[in-house]
Amino acid sequence: MEQATDNKTLGALKEKFGESIIESGLDKGDALAVIAPAAVHEVIRHLRDELGFDMLVDLFGVDYQPRRPRFEVVYHLHCLQRNERFRLRVQIEEKKCELATITDLYPVADWLERETWDMFGVVFKGHPNLKRLLMYEPFEGHPLRRDYPINKRQPLIGPPS
Amino acid sequence: MGSKTTTKDRHTETAFINVGPSHPAMHGVIRIVTELEGEKVLGADVEIGYLHRCFEKDCEHVGWNQAFPYTDRLNYVSPLINNVGWAMAVEKLFGATVPERCQYIRVIVSELSRLVDHLTCIGAAAMEVGAMTVFLYFMKAREFLYDLIEWLTGGRITISYVRVGGVKADLPEGFEDKLRRVLAEVLVVIKEVDKLLTRNRIFIDRMKGIGRLDRERTIAYGITGPLLRAVGVPYDVRKDIPYLVYDRLDFEIPVADDGDSYSRYLVRMEEMRQSVRILQQALEQIPGGAIAVDAYGNELTGADMVELAKRGQVKDYVDAKAKVDLTLDYTDSRNASRVNLVGDRTLTLPSKEETFGNIEGLMAHFMQVMDNWGVRPPVGEAYHAVEGANGELGFYLVSDGSGRPMRARCRGPCFFPMAALHEMLVGDMVADIVPAFGSINMIAGELDR
Repeated sequence: MEQATDNKTLGALKEKFGESIIESGLDKGDALAVIAPAAVHEVIRHLRDELGFDMLVDLFGVDYQPRRPRFEVVYHLHCLQRNERFRLRVQIEEKKCELATITDLYPVADWLERETWDMFGVVFKGHPNLKRLLMYEPFEGHPLRRDYPINKRQPLIGPPS
Repeated sequence: MGSKTTTKDRHTETAFINVGPSHPAMHGVIRIVTELEGEKVLGADVEIGYLHRCFEKDCEHVGWNQAFPYTDRLNYVSPLINNVGWAMAVEKLFGATVPERCQYIRVIVSELSRLVDHLTCIGAAAMEVGAMTVFLYFMKAREFLYDLIEWLTGGRITISYVRVGGVKADLPEGFEDKLRRVLAEVLVVIKEVDKLLTRNRIFIDRMKGIGRLDRERTIAYGITGPLLRAVGVPYDVRKDIPYLVYDRLDFEIPVADDGDSYSRYLVRMEEMRQSVRILQQALEQIPGGAIAVDAYGNELTGADMVELAKRGQVKDYVDAKAKVDLTLDYTDSRNASRVNLVGDRTLTLPSKEETFGNIEGLMAHFMQVMDNWGVRPPVGEAYHAVEGANGELGFYLVSDGSGRPMRARCRGPCFFPMAALHEMLVGDMVADIVPAFGSINMIAGELDR
């Protein structure tokens, strides 16, 4: 990651949340910051309200097994007015696999967080409706985790008897 | 009749009607559980995932080039745009730029795909409100485009045309002229349909004010593409985060005001005209001229050329064009260097003359296709967005240095309007569910992946 000296967003974030930012800079031209899990809701609220990032472009998980911390949740935010994009990465441990929800900030986070829970098992605290989105309800496991084998069979489901 | 009872005195309940996954007007498979009071929709619960085929998991188990057939099946009405998006994300991991002619070819195929997608969307939406003729007119126009795509790529829908570092083959001879004629015909069809629908009283009554989502909610839901442009925000990835050669092409971004189905229809119609404009300019600007021919005007078969080369008779053969099988047309070395990054052997396959003609080519080909050996981007991550027909189509790829992606995330543009669908349907009637849903152009392949 290269250091970015003239990126206003990174500068503003470092000033306000310096201790929560683990790494920040430019990666292949994209501004990004890696932050601590506890600060997620505050940082994103600040980005939305004070720095003008009104659009949540994407929210998803990545499984970096066997690295510790194992999971990462990535947020892509976009400011329409300045045509500026920002990436936020949060690293979470397998044992403490939870994050605060941002459904109150961006309504689409409802479905995006449901999908991340469905695929990776990351619990979003405060989410109104955290249930399966792409998979069916009785599905067991979290498919996009790297230790979920691609050819695993699920218990058969049938009509209620 | 006895005592007067009004509606208020009668005990009423709301009804839950299931617009089920198997439904003729649901494009793809979606379940909408609507809560109705009489004919009015009070709420809707949208259930997706019926076409989930584990695209993201599958991509982790195949090579970077082998993921192209999976990307075809994402937005299956505009597969070339998905292909281009994936290739550009992988090239961003490498930090590579493809040759200029290849960039123009990618723009041309993206715009052809976009035309096909909009024709399908408006055609289907019109048919669902009763305008069957419009559907058939647009299917006719779409057939012209499919003929072109089939000539170029070999297939109509699942084409796997783009490769990391280039495209499969160059444009065939005569393609530019045929494309110009087809564009003229497509414009005629668009004009006919415009006259049939845009000021049609019945169409306007069915579509205006339906499925409305206002500007703040559209932005808050992360919706991009024609739905965002229909509320007046001129955001288009081609203009705002330009990629390929879009910054050299002159086109406009249509916007409308209302955010209802009718505005989205108007935006898509105008986008089709702008796509035609882009294609016409790309045809003017595309570099690279005629293909070289043999000194004697002969066409040698590939086998003949190899035989001559083995005997050392290569003097006149360097400029020759081999007559190869139809599926290998325009993949010969002269064309390959114009549309592939041939300098960098780690990305693209060498052309067949090199593969079968000399040992270095054979070795390069072998190393390229060996499992987990060929295309290996450096460790890192990259996100690249292209303008899909429904909005910003983004691919976020994480590489661990091996020949397979570690994580491949597809940001499908239909996901976001579908998350907002329950808001769009509230207040409309049951009969409005279908036009409202049709105006989103949900493609289940992209939604569920």
